[in-house]
Amino acid sequence: MDLKTRGVPPTDHERAAIDAVLGPQPERNLHDVSGGHQLRDRRHLLLPALHAVNDRVGWISQAAIDYIAERLDASPAEIYGVASFYALFSLTERPTHQIHVCIDLACRSNGGLVEADLPNGAHPSPCLGLCERAPAAYVTTAGETTLQVVAGHVTPVDIARWAGGDTPDPEPEPAAAVRQAGDESLVLLRRAGRIDPLDLDAYLADRGFAALERARQLGPQATIAAISGSGLTGRGGAGFPTGRKWDAVRTQPATPHYLVANADESEPGTFKDRVLIETDPFGLIESMCIAGHATGCEIGYVYLRGEYPRPLATLQQALDTCRRRGLLGGDTGFEITIVKGAGAYICGEETAIFNSIEGYRGEPRNKPPFPFQVGLFGQPTVVNNVETLMNVPSIILDGVQANRRLFCLSGAVVKPGIYEAQLGLTLGELIELAGGLRAGSVLQAVLLGGAAGGFAGPGDLDLVLDLESTRAAGLALGSGVVMVHDQHVDLVDQLKRIAAFFRDESCGQCVPCRVGTVRQEEAIDRLASSSDRSVDLALLSDIGQAMKDASICGLGQTAHSAIETAIVRLGVFS
Amino acid sequence: MSQPANQFGDVPGTSPNSVALSIDGSEVTVPDGTTILEACGGKGCDIPTLCYGDTITPKNACRVCMVEVEGSRVLVPSCSRQVEADMVVHTRSERVDHARKMVLELLGSSVDLSLTEHVDDWYAEYGADPSRYGPDAATVAQPVKVDNDLYIRDYAKCILCYQCVDACGEQWQHSFVIDIAGRGFDARVSTENDVSLPDSACVYCGNCIQVCPTGALMFKSEYDMRQTGTWEPERQTTTDTICAFCGVGCNLTLHVQDNTIIKVSSPSDSPITHGNLCIKGRFGFQHAQNRPDSAG
Repeated sequence: MDLKTRGVPPTDHERAAIDAVLGPQPERNLHDVSGGHQLRDRRHLLLPALHAVNDRVGWISQAAIDYIAERLDASPAEIYGVASFYALFSLTERPTHQIHVCIDLACRSNGGLVEADLPNGAHPSPCLGLCERAPAAYVTTAGETTLQVVAGHVTPVDIARWAGGDTPDPEPEPAAAVRQAGDESLVLLRRAGRIDPLDLDAYLADRGFAALERARQLGPQATIAAISGSGLTGRGGAGFPTGRKWDAVRTQPATPHYLVANADESEPGTFKDRVLIETDPFGLIESMCIAGHATGCEIGYVYLRGEYPRPLATLQQALDTCRRRGLLGGDTGFEITIVKGAGAYICGEETAIFNSIEGYRGEPRNKPPFPFQVGLFGQPTVVNNVETLMNVPSIILDGVQANRRLFCLSGAVVKPGIYEAQLGLTLGELIELAGGLRAGSVLQAVLLGGAAGGFAGPGDLDLVLDLESTRAAGLALGSGVVMVHDQHVDLVDQLKRIAAFFRDESCGQCVPCRVGTVRQEEAIDRLASSSDRSVDLALLSDIGQAMKDASICGLGQTAHSAIETAIVRLGVFS
Repeated sequence: MSQPANQFGDVPGTSPNSVALSIDGSEVTVPDGTTILEACGGKGCDIPTLCYGDTITPKNACRVCMVEVEGSRVLVPSCSRQVEADMVVHTRSERVDHARKMVLELLGSSVDLSLTEHVDDWYAEYGADPSRYGPDAATVAQPVKVDNDLYIRDYAKCILCYQCVDACGEQWQHSFVIDIAGRGFDARVSTENDVSLPDSACVYCGNCIQVCPTGALMFKSEYDMRQTGTWEPERQTTTDTICAFCGVGCNLTLHVQDNTIIKVSSPSDSPITHGNLCIKGRFGFQHAQNRPDSAG
C-alpha cells in the first residue's frame, strides 16, 4: 500500500498523545526497513491511540489521523472509518469540556431530561449504566490531565452549571449501589462494602486467590468439569453453558488462545458489571486467571465500556497491585490488558468485540466460524460476561451451584440498586427485595432484560425469574434488567426511545437492521400520533420478523422484541 | 450399485471431501467448502443476490439470499454459509420469502435501485412494495459526487455491499482509499473526512466500478451520456481485446456506441485480470479512437 497523507504534521499535543501509546517515532522509517509488517502488527493499538488524542485534544483532526496512519501503516480512510464508528470520538473541533446527558429509559422516566430539553453544550447519551442514581450524566474535560467523571441524581440546574464549565462532585462509595451489602448469604456481592476494593491484603485474607490455587491443583479438565457441574450459564444474555464454552476452547489445537471479559455493559438499564468491578476488582482478576488457566490462555482482555471512568481506574489500580505482588504477568504465565470502548453498544456483541480490540470497525462477524474456533486475532477465544466470571471462584472453592444472579433494579422502587438473588424467586418478590414500589406508585409495566428484552405487565408478578420460565412466558432475563415503571411513565415515549436506541446503535452492516431500525422508528412515531393504526402495526410486525430472522447478529435480532411485547402483552397502541 | 467415475476419476458422492445434503427435498452432493448458493447453482440461480459479486468474497451484508436451514434459529445467508453433511436446506419458505421481500422493500424504499439488475422481477416475485413506507421514509438521497474526469460516485444508489471497499482494499487493489465510515443508517462509503478523490490515494484503477452492482460508481463518460439522454444500451456493442499498454496482456471489453468507446470493463472470468485493470487499461482508451475527424 502506498500511504498518502497530506504532509501536515500533527500538533505537539496530538503527537505527544499518540506517541504515549505508540512510542516515539523511530528515526529510520520502519516502513522502509520492514515493508510495514512491524507497523501493521500493532493495529490493535489504533483504538487506544484514538482515545489518547480525543482525551488530550477533545477531538481527532485529519493531521492526527494522518500521523496515526503513518505510525501504523494503515490508510487514513480506514482510520477515519474506525474513528467515525464510535460515539465518544469527535472528528470535528469542539470544546474540550463535554456534558453527556443520559436520555435513556431509566433516566427519562425518573425526571431526566429528554433530547429537546438539553441546554447548549450538553448532548444526549444512551444509558450510562448509573440507573440506580437516575437521572445521570457523564462529564469529560480533555487536556493534559483528562477529567472524566459521572454523576447521578442530576437536575437541569446541574447540567446548566456543568455546561458552563463546572464539574460534578465526587461519586458516592461504590457499595452504595448494593443495598444488601454485608448480608452473609451473598456470594457474588459478598465483598461489596465489607472490604476495601483495592486492598489486596484484605482480599487475600478473605480467601482471595485460594480458588486459583485450587484450580491449579485440579488442572484444566477438572476445573471445567466443576464449572459444568455447577450449571453455570452466560450472564450476558444468551445463557450458553460456560463449561461447554471453556472446554471447546481448551481442546482447540491452534494456539495461542485468548480470553475476553466482556465488560462493555451497555444494555439500557444494566449496571451490574460496573458495580462488580468497583466493589471487587480482585475477584474479576482471579476469575480471569482461573478461566485462562482452564482454557489455555496466556492473555486476557477486559473490554470495558468507555463511559465507565471509576471502574477503569479501580481495575487499573488492582491490576498494577497484582503485578507488583507477583500475582499477574511475569512468570505467572497470565497477563490482563484493559481495552476501553468508545461508545458503541454493538461492541458488546461477542464477535464485534474482537474487531474493536483488533482496531477495526466494531462490526459483528458472521458465524460460523464461532469464537471458540476463530476469535480474537483469528485464534480460539473464550468470551465471558463479567458476572459469569465472578461466579467461578465460589464454584471452585465451595462447589456451589451457580444458581444466583444479579438483578439491576431501577425505576419506581424504593431502593434501586443491584440485587443478588437465587434463581427461582418471583418478579414480585424481587421488587419487594428492592423495598417495593415507591409510595403512591401503581405498577404499570416492568422492562425485563433491557431494550433487547421485553415488557412484563402488572399481572406478571408471579413470574418465576429463571431462564426457562421467562422464556416460556415470551420474555428473557437478558442482562438482569428489572426496570419498574409506575403509572407516571409514558410507555409510548419509552417505545420511541427504544426504537431510537437501536437506530443509533445499529452498526449499519446488514440491511434488515440498518434500514429496519429506521423504519421501525418511523412506524412507532406514526403510531404515537395517529388513530388509524392497523397499517403501521402490520408494518411493524413485518419489520420485526425480518430483523429477527435475517439480521447478522443479536442486536438486529432483538431490536423489535421489547416493542413487540409492549404491543402484544401490554396492549400499547391498541 | 456404485456410481460411475467422472472424467477426473472421482466417484461422485464417495470422495471424503464431498458433502451430501438436502436442498428443497433433493439430495445433492457437492465438494466440501461449497457454499449453499453454489450448491444451488451459484449466481443467476433462483436465489436473489445483491452484495454477492463474481470476484469478491461476499460480505453477506444485504441478506437477500437468505435460506432456511433446519435446526437453525435464524435464516442463513446462502452466499457465505458452507454446506455441512446432512444439512436440510429450504430455499423457499414463508420465512425466507418474507425476509427477501422485506430486504427488497427496505432497500427499495431507501436507495435508488433504478440501475440494479433484476430488482423489478424480484419485487414481483416476492410481492415487495417499497412505497408502503410512505413518502416521508428516510432515504440515502444525496448529490452525485463528480470530482474528477474519470468516474463519478452516486451514493444515493449505494446499498453498502462493501464490494468497492474490498476491491479497493485487501481483496484486490490494496489502495485502501475508501472504507465504510459512520454507523447505522449513517454508514457510508467514504474517503478520510470525505476528501475528494484527487486529494485521496485513489489510483483510478476503476476496479470499484467493475464490482458495483447498483450503478453507484460509474464512468464519467456513461454518466454524462445518461445526463444528456444519449446513453442507449440497445445501440451499444462490445469488443473483447487485449490491452496494448504493457506485457501483462489484460483482457479488455470495449463498450462502443456510435463507433466511440464509452467505457471499458474486463471479463470477471479472465484468468489474467479477474475483472481488474489499472488506470491505463480502464481509462486510457482514447488513443484507440483518435480519428482524423475527431477534434484534438
